[in-house]
Order: sequence, then C-alpha cells, then structure tokens
Amino acid sequence: MIGQRISRVDGPAKTSGQAKYTYDVNLPGMLYAKILGSPYAHAKITALDTSAAESMPGVKAVRKIQDVGAEIQWAGDEIVAVAAESEDTARDALDKIKIEFEQLPFLVNEEDLSRAGDHAKAAGTEKSGDPDKAFSDPEAVISEGYYGIATITHCCLESHGSVADWTAPDTLKTYFSTQNVSGIPGEVGEALRQANIDVKNNNIETICQYVGGGFGSKFSADRWGVENARLAKLANKPVKLLLERDIDLIVAGARPSSYAKVKVAAKKDGTIVAWQSDSWGTGGPAGTTMPPLPYVFTGIPNKVTRHTSVSTNTGPARAWRAPNHPQAAVLTMCALDDLAAKLKMDPLEFFSKNADLAGERGKVYQEELQKAAELIEWQKYWHPRGQQTPGSMKRGLGISLHTWGGRGHNSSCNVNIHPDGSVELDLGSQDLGTGTRTVITIVAAETLGLPLEAIQLNIGDTKYPPSGASGGSTTVGGVSASSRRGCVDARDQLFAVVAPSLGVPADQLIAAEGKIQVKGDSSKSLTWKQACAKLGVKSIQVTGKNPGPCSLGSSGVGGVEMADVSVDPETGIVKINKMVCAQDCGLIIDLKTAESQCYGALIMGITYALFEQKIMDDVTGRMLNPDMEFYKLAGIGDIGELVVHMMTGPGYDERGTIGLGEPPVISPGAAISNAVANALGVRVPTLPITPEKVLAALEKGEIS
Amino acid sequence: MRRKKQKPESVTARKDNFSRRDFLKGASVAVSSGLLVTEAKAARSPAGPEAVAGPGRVAMTLKVNGRPHKVNLEPRVTLLDALRDYLDITGAKKVCDRGVCGACTVILDGKPVYACNVLAIQAEGHEIVTVEGLTHAGQLHPVMSAFVEHDGQQCGFCTPGFVVACKAFLDKHPNPTMDEIEAGLGGNLCRCGTYVGIRPAVLEAAQAMKGGKANA
Repeated sequence: MIGQRISRVDGPAKTSGQAKYTYDVNLPGMLYAKILGSPYAHAKITALDTSAAESMPGVKAVRKIQDVGAEIQWAGDEIVAVAAESEDTARDALDKIKIEFEQLPFLVNEEDLSRAGDHAKAAGTEKSGDPDKAFSDPEAVISEGYYGIATITHCCLESHGSVADWTAPDTLKTYFSTQNVSGIPGEVGEALRQANIDVKNNNIETICQYVGGGFGSKFSADRWGVENARLAKLANKPVKLLLERDIDLIVAGARPSSYAKVKVAAKKDGTIVAWQSDSWGTGGPAGTTMPPLPYVFTGIPNKVTRHTSVSTNTGPARAWRAPNHPQAAVLTMCALDDLAAKLKMDPLEFFSKNADLAGERGKVYQEELQKAAELIEWQKYWHPRGQQTPGSMKRGLGISLHTWGGRGHNSSCNVNIHPDGSVELDLGSQDLGTGTRTVITIVAAETLGLPLEAIQLNIGDTKYPPSGASGGSTTVGGVSASSRRGCVDARDQLFAVVAPSLGVPADQLIAAEGKIQVKGDSSKSLTWKQACAKLGVKSIQVTGKNPGPCSLGSSGVGGVEMADVSVDPETGIVKINKMVCAQDCGLIIDLKTAESQCYGALIMGITYALFEQKIMDDVTGRMLNPDMEFYKLAGIGDIGELVVHMMTGPGYDERGTIGLGEPPVISPGAAISNAVANALGVRVPTLPITPEKVLAALEKGEIS
Repeated sequence: MRRKKQKPESVTARKDNFSRRDFLKGASVAVSSGLLVTEAKAARSPAGPEAVAGPGRVAMTLKVNGRPHKVNLEPRVTLLDALRDYLDITGAKKVCDRGVCGACTVILDGKPVYACNVLAIQAEGHEIVTVEGLTHAGQLHPVMSAFVEHDGQQCGFCTPGFVVACKAFLDKHPNPTMDEIEAGLGGNLCRCGTYVGIRPAVLEAAQAMKGGKANA
C-alpha cells in the first residue's frame, strides 16, 4: 500500500456533510458570542459602558476583554465579547455598547519607507566574503532591481473560534477549530488560572475532529478562545464563538510583507558571485524579521544583507504556510532571473549551473529542474526576454526553487488489538485536510497485514495521547513513526501469543492479507480473527512513540516549480496556462493525498501571485477588503493545467518520511513573476501581479 | 484570445422567484396562505400585497430534504442560519455570509442558491435540499463518490457546497464540457485548492448520473 494512490479515508464523511467541524457543534442551551472590535488602528479606550448590552433581553454574559485605558494597536482588536441566545441578538447587543476612543497616529502601509518615520527600525546587517570587491570587478555582470510581495492573510474557510462547555464547575469541554489539539488545554488552563478560575489542565478536554483550514493560523487558543470559556462560565451555559468573516480576515493572522532592493552579480559564464539586499517589511506591530536571503543559493561567496523592520498598526502576523519562504523565493528567484536575462542566459541553464551553490541538495535540484522542464516543455515554449511571442497575447515561462525541513514531530500513538479482532489506534493529532488520518490508517494496515477498513483510528481529542501541532510539515513524519512503532510492537506481541499454535518461533511469522502466517509457508496460518481470539480476555495495548528506535524519517527537501503564462498587454490580465511542480519528500505513504498537497499549494500560490492582498486604507487605518468578494481567491477557472511529479525511487525513498505540507507553496509566486517577466520583457516588481501593475510596468517600459 | 464564458448557474435573485424587492413590496413568496391566516402566533398579517411578517419571531415551516420542520424565527434569519442554528442541519457551511463563496449552497426548487442570501421565510413553501438529502440509505451520491475517488476534498469545509452545486449543475448540464464546468462551478471557492480533483470528479459524476445509478 505504501506509495500507492489511496483515497482519503474521511472523504465520505466530508462529501456527505456528516463531518462535524467546530462551527457545526450545537449543544443544548448553547449561546452565541460575538465580538466588538476596535474601529481604529491606534487608539486608547477612554470610556466603555456595556450596561445597555448586558440588560438586553436574551443577552446572558458580557466580558470586557479590554477596558478603559487600554491602548489598541490595530483596527479589529477585540474589546468586548457578548454571549446571547441567538447570533442576531448578540449582534444587536454589540450596537448597544457605548465606547469612546482617543485616536492616535498610525501607520498601516509599509511599502513606502519614506513615510514610515520611527515605525521603521534597522534590524541588522550581515556580511560574508567581500561583496564590495565582487561588485566592483569589471568582469562582473550586475543586475539591480526592486522586488516585493504584499501582506496577505490565511482566509481559512472555517473561521477561528471555539465552543466552550463547562460540564462541571471545574471541568471544561471545548471544541476548537485548531491545528494543535494537544496544545490547547495547557494554554487555556494557564490563562484561566491567571484569571482566578481554578481549573486543572487534566480537566480540560479539547476536541477537533475536522477543521476547515489552518495554514499556520490556528496553533493558539487565542484570547477570544479563552474569553469564550469565561463567557461560558459566567452564563453557566455552553457558548459558541466563531469569528465573523471580516474580523477573521482582519485580526486572525497575516503573512508578513517583504520588499527589497537587490543587487546580484555573476561571472560572464553565469556563476553567481555576489548578493546584496536591503529589505524591509511588516508583520504588524512587531514588524518582521528578514526572510532567508539569498534563498536556496546559500553558497554565494560574497553576501551582504541589511534589513529594516517596519511596525504597523495592522493585525499581527502568524505563521503562514512555509513562513518567510515564499517571500524569500520572490526576492531571490526574481532577482536571479533578471540576472540571467542580463547575461542573456536561459534561466533553466542558469539555475542548473548554479545548483551546487544550493548545498547538499544540488543534485536533487538538477534532477527536478530537468523533470519539470520536460513536463512544461521548456525547450518548446521558452524564448529569450527580448523576443516576444507573436500575436496579441504574450507568453512566457518562469522558474523558482525552494527548500524546507519537515522532520517528524513528537507523537504518541496507542495501539489496541482486541480479542475480537478489532484494531484501534488513538492519537491526539489532527487532520487539516493534509491526509493525516489516511496516512496513519495506511501505516497500520500495512504493518498488520489488514485492509484499511479493519483499522479504527481515533484522533482529534485530548483524551488520546499527545501529538505535536500540525506545523512545520512535521505531522506525517511524527504520526507515521509513532503508529508504525506501535503497530510493530503490538503485532510482535500477537506473534508471541500465536507462535506456539503454529509451531514456529515468533520471528518466523508475518502478518499479511488478513492472516498471521509462517514465512515461506502460507498454508500454515491463522486468520486475523483466529489469532486475536487467542488473546483470551485481554487486549494488546502498546504505545508507539516518536522519536524512537530506528530512524523512520529525516529532514530537508528541495523542490522546483515552473510557470507558463499568457499575458494580455491591453488588459494586464495574466492567465495561467500551466504550472509544473517537481517535489521530493522522502518516502511517500499515500501518493494521492501527497499529490493533492502539491496541487493545492500550486493553487494557493496562483492566488497569492495574482489575486490576494490585505488592502489597508491610509485614511481610516482599516482593511478595505475584509470579505471574500474583494479578498480574492482563485476559482476553478483560474488555474489552468497543473502537473505534479513526486520524486520517488532510489535517492528519495530511503530517506524515510519527510513533511510535504509547506514546500510546494513556496515557489509559485516567484515562478509566475518570472514567467510574466519573460512574457512581457519587463518586470512587474511586486506581487500580487494585478492587471493595474502589469499595465504600469509596460508603460514604464524598463527592465529592472 | 477571449474565452466565451457561460453564466454561472447559482444566481440567487431571479425575477420569477424570490427577488428581495418583491418580498419587500409584500408580494407573496410564501404560497401556503392557509398557514398564514390560521397561525396562532399572529406576528403576521394575512397574505396579500400588504403582508408583513415580524418583527419578533414568526412561526414558519421549512421543508428540508422532504421533511417539514416547524420553527419560530425572526424574518431576518437567513435560510443558512435556520438550517445550521435552529435545525442542526450543518452540512451547508457559513464562510463569507455574503453570497460570494458558495460554501452554503443548497437547492431550492431544483435551483442552487446561496442559503446565506435567502431569508428562511422566503424559503417557506419551497423544496429545500441540502447535502444531507443527497445520500440515500447511507449510500453516497455519485457526485460524492466521484469526489472521494478523485480527491476533490482536503479540509472539506467547501465540499458540501461544491457537492450540492455540482449535483444541481449536472441536473441541468448532463454533458458538460470542461469550460462549462469551470463556469458553472465558478460560484464555489476553495482555499485548500481541490479544483484539480473536482474537475475529473464532475466528469465522472456526469457519467454515473446518466447511467441511471443516480439518486434523483
């Protein structure tokens, strides 16, 4: 089964509407909570009167999350939470809250550094080698340009929130829309105790069977999650608090922006020799750190990077699928692509030639470049930048490379083999849609020689042993290892029990095709049920762990993506013809869901390359597009043909499982930007590459 | 190179059925006048050009997946909130609440609509079909099986909306081209990016539904 295309085991539950998400939980007597957020980007609360809301019929609890004197740092920041008998009543109650502010100066747009004032702070310089010398070499070919990528948000379709239910005065049952089931009780418990609500972590259960997207924004219980528990205690009734769409887009996470002036130099033969970048960006009030520059090509011998962190009054950043890497890819691959154009070199040749500057994955990149080039028909469709495709539409190709870690996280898996033959696995893990349930089921079925349907898998509840958060692409490595080790141990215990009946030592047995049989003699066997019956009344119970004996996974992947676009120079509209992804991730357990991760990542990449952006208004300090009409996601007609090739076989499989959720989302922006530059002959400097920007770049007419 | 696009199917305000303007003018969208006249909770005046319902809760009956449900709702409650909050029918999801993303798609008298853009009271007297109504005796609808086979779902939150929209689309377009599929499903958005699986799933479901194995 390993490496086959196997359908997602929770597909039927999801397609039939049976899958219950946090937003779907309805409990008897449950109330609905809504939040009043700040209308101002920077302000002090000078007056707050919630009495009219409190006395409204149907309102059962009101919490002042922030009170008079509090300084608000972004519009939308939660100030009051109201729990009422219906959503409409809760919303009405918000209107009754009297609140006054002293407005303060703010900054919400960071691209123009000259307007940032003291919001901009130098964040260090790093130098290696002698970049000044390298740039002043008369033989060096130099390219200078400006590149950038705007702030976006996660836009999980299920917004953030929870349902809180005190089943006893000191016992809390919570449903959280989260990618960190095991981590929630500790965080909520600590916060409640700090608020003088005595509750032990052991008495907090968190449940999340299905979650409508996370992408890095749902690791924490969040202040509104803790407040929801407080509302429930005040009202003595369960409360559901899910953020409205606008507030979710405004406050529940953002991916920091990155802008940079980049200068790169190469020898005439195309060998990159020097890198210089002055970068800046924001992640909200805390500014942002520099993305890893230069990206992938860390072996460039002469480098200087300078970074400025800009603090803005915008909703704080959270990890967004492969944090900092999409930004690094744009700033690096676009600058290098412009350098290749200056050298009059085919970028495929240029990137391949410099692959040894990418460290230990140089060979992997060369293989992936070759494979992707073949799939996108690079030789057929690429042309030098100076030449344009004949006809009104301009076609071009672009490349980007990426890297990620993905080592498996800590995980514990309880494996139970019962005398009636049933098999149960328990893990406090979660499946965001990445296929975690399916991967664990496959590992268990394969190890025990059973069909998938014979495995009952329980996840998504803190009553099961802890597993790590689904972040950093660490889940598959963690849970496949813990379940593998647990199933191996459980299977071996079963072998020990049945070996006497088959007249061989336990190490001569194998589990396959629903039977326990003697190696090399399948006629000597017991069915799985017969074997388990020999357990008598006692089930086998084993805990498998990661990390553990014998390495089952590793870390470090590459990845190459290419884009084929057509641009209409009259409207500025960029159309995706085709995108290709060549991705390695060690040993693949389920090829179908692995490919889906890559397809999904390409689509997310198309979206941030062309459509999505948090648009902040300088006048009001607010987000102008906190809705799904103007915060645009790619639709089914926007994606063109997508091709995914997973690198498997020798050189890949023996590395064991490595995480895949993040790497393929890193390169699409850079690849598409490079394809547009190839098509038009000019660089559209920043993402998203909107029609307006395309037309502006054409009008400006200069190649960066 | 202009593509000729077909109009998307899931248009919510149609002149012949339930436009908001008609409703506000008092034209009867609720057909069962008997219920209006005799209802004990007289938060409504009799049917006719001056028919007004609310404010405050109003008794209404919603026929969902063939079964009538009696509820008391304020007229401002959307069909989506009625289903999810009051009837515990949670397949249709709340995502944008503004008639953009399609996660709340249900079928009203055979037409796909955004349930967040229909008032519950407008839906009274009409046949409402949700994703739950597409399975029969525990058997997945062909659209669902096709989605599972082609991996047309990841987190799954957009999936019920897509399944319902697909079913309604295929009822009207049993032999769709890929261009027609892309236009017809343009009213449903997915953040995880499941479109690559959905495209062949719709084609496969079209075949299965023509084969007579479909459930209505």
